[in-house]
Amino acid sequence: MEVSYDKESRKIVQAIERFARKHSLWVLAYGTGCGAIEVPPTMTSRYDAERFGIRGAATPRQADVLLITGYLSVKTLKRVIRTYEQMQDPKYVIGFGSCTINGGMYWDSYNTIKLLDMYIPVDVYINGCMPRPEAVISGFIELQKVIAEGKAEGARKYKENLDWYRANQQKIIHNWNMPDYNW
Amino acid sequence: MDSSTWIKILGYIITPITAFVVGVTYGGIVRVITARVQNRFGPPITQNFWDIIKLYSKKTAVHHGLMQHWGPIFAITASVTSLFFIPVLKDSPLWLNNSFNGDIIFLLYMMVFGSLGMALGAGQTGNPNSAIGVARGLALMVGYEVPFVLALVAIMIQFKTTSIAELMAVQDGFSNWLIFQSPFAFIAAILAFLGMMHYAPFDVTFAPAEIASGPASEFGGKYLALMQTSGSIFTFAKLVLFTDIFLGGAGDLVTLIVKTFLLYMIPVLTGIVNPRYRTEQAITFFWKWPTVFGIIAILIVVL
Repeated sequence: MEVSYDKESRKIVQAIERFARKHSLWVLAYGTGCGAIEVPPTMTSRYDAERFGIRGAATPRQADVLLITGYLSVKTLKRVIRTYEQMQDPKYVIGFGSCTINGGMYWDSYNTIKLLDMYIPVDVYINGCMPRPEAVISGFIELQKVIAEGKAEGARKYKENLDWYRANQQKIIHNWNMPDYNW
Repeated sequence: MDSSTWIKILGYIITPITAFVVGVTYGGIVRVITARVQNRFGPPITQNFWDIIKLYSKKTAVHHGLMQHWGPIFAITASVTSLFFIPVLKDSPLWLNNSFNGDIIFLLYMMVFGSLGMALGAGQTGNPNSAIGVARGLALMVGYEVPFVLALVAIMIQFKTTSIAELMAVQDGFSNWLIFQSPFAFIAAILAFLGMMHYAPFDVTFAPAEIASGPASEFGGKYLALMQTSGSIFTFAKLVLFTDIFLGGAGDLVTLIVKTFLLYMIPVLTGIVNPRYRTEQAITFFWKWPTVFGIIAILIVVL
């Protein structure tokens, strides 16, 4: 049976959904880079990110935001892709620090990636080396704005351009033995 | 149908809704209190509502098998069913629900059912953290059920009834509350209550830093939302049960809120200032002092 929504009621539901998504961001901090050290002060009593509904998630299944803190070596990129694909829609990625934008101080390194957006879709970048907790919170507020406007469509982009992303990933990861996810 | 049937049906509708709203709001207040103790501002009180709405509005949910799908449904069924057999307010046909002679014994079985359903569901996800969490949770349950049952048996012997409504009728004045009439049973039951609420020091089951939230680790999106809804309703059900049995029940909703909130603060405030017991330490604790108090309560009644 086809369920039809009239436009007005659909709009109200969407507004409530977006408000809830915006005010409840469960973060999975992928802390292999140097930026991981900035996450505890962001979460604890000095800067208290819980004021904005930002909370740590224990597993990828429960998380909304994947926080990539700093550089990614080829070996960790593989784990990041697995983690990202295990997360449930709608999901967002924050690239944290210069290393996720242009490689930062690792720009000529032989085993780190330069631009994170080539491998998984990034919604918001926070620049700096390192960004302080204030910058991290301002990045999260930027993400909240993007969600409220309905432009945080990273997960959809990833599904639609999966071939392009897979090609980029497989170009750099040589021993590709990953499971196929049916997310 | 006559009017009393309609009142009963209305009661079945508003009881779970009230339980959900009150339970989730309590959850939000607990987060604020925890934050204040840790010298933070904390989230708004409505935070848990937004979390649950967000989880329900997730677009995808991975499912590993039939039993994983049924686990959260068993949990919420058990919570709502338990709630339906607990009289929420005293002498009110609307809030009396399904109270019958022998409902204490029925509740002792029904309150375990949700955890067992969750255990089956978590077992099918195949996540090792889930398996560890389930083993810990069931071991903890073996611990706290002993003093809890001893306390309730002491009360059932003392007043020769197995009905919550009759126990509420016995406690007609402040000095007749069961907390004063059978204090040892209350001590045993409230110590078991600490374990039932899964706050520290008895939070081995969900320990997020240790086993990645245990049984819930492979549940995301709508499954997690169902589990949180069920948890909120069950929290309210347990609080009302303890208020009915030990604190004389409540004549109106405001009294009920005050009594349940004060009761809820016992595990919460204990939890904020305590580290975590290991599983065997927790079970040793439950089988030591609370059990001794439970046996003393029974001996006092029998002798």
